[in-house]
Amino acid sequence: MRWFWIDRFTELVSGETATAIKTISLSEEHLHDHFSGIPTMPNSLILEGMAQTAGMLVSQYNAFKERVILAKVPRLVFHCRGVPGDTLTYHAQLEAIEESGARAITTSHIGDRLQAEAEILFAHIDRETAHRPLFAGEDFGDLLRSLRIFEVGRNPDGSKLSYPEHLLSQASP
Amino acid sequence: MPSKEEVFEKVREALVDALGVDDDEVTPKATLVGDLGAESIDFLDIVFRLEKSFDIKIPRGELFPEDILTNTDYVTDGKINAEGLTELKKRMPFADLSKFEENPVVQEFATSLTVQDMCNYVESKV
Repeated sequence: MRWFWIDRFTELVSGETATAIKTISLSEEHLHDHFSGIPTMPNSLILEGMAQTAGMLVSQYNAFKERVILAKVPRLVFHCRGVPGDTLTYHAQLEAIEESGARAITTSHIGDRLQAEAEILFAHIDRETAHRPLFAGEDFGDLLRSLRIFEVGRNPDGSKLSYPEHLLSQASP
Repeated sequence: MPSKEEVFEKVREALVDALGVDDDEVTPKATLVGDLGAESIDFLDIVFRLEKSFDIKIPRGELFPEDILTNTDYVTDGKINAEGLTELKKRMPFADLSKFEENPVVQEFATSLTVQDMCNYVESKV
């Protein structure tokens, strides 16, 4: 099982903003029980998608060296449901980033319609466990590539993001 | 330069937003942890809000000196020793540590920080 709640990034400006999309498909198993006859994307997974969008943006700021975890959601509002066939566009705006963590404002849109919004706090994982990878046994570089982060990612000056060197040794052949 | 009242108002707003408490619960003597229910992650939230509200930078450890509280030179049997207390007072001139001094148990440190201590800290930075 893979815990991807975003399908790909469409925009990323290092340290500033990121946009990712999630397309809801009727073939997703959990929709058959949530709810029976009224397939509805669970709001908790929409929050997870917004958090993954913002969290990747936070992690990328330190070239994916700092492990970032979702720590607090001070504000979270859902305006309407997400249903099969909808494409949710998640947008994250980085408000603050420091050694201890980061703060982001995120939104979810269906077309032009605001579907959800959240204020999210992330914590940088403490030094004691920082040397252990969060995603054990997984090729993290491949994960980032499938999300198209290095295709769309840019620095604020417009230059392309460079692939982090410390991930090169993990690259698939 | 904001007045003491303005500082208090903004600190109160930050605490109400971060901790979900009512305006009237935030009194100068209220302790962040004991009275207002703040947990460790809430301190990160409070720091971000204060930084934005007052346009200041709050370096890690300046408001909450974890390095002193975990330093074996300053801690004996779970209590801050005399050397540690001197260091704490130097690092936290904005805090009223008199109650903590009576029984300086490290675990209790977080519970002694009050709203007034936070206001004093912010005033020293703006």
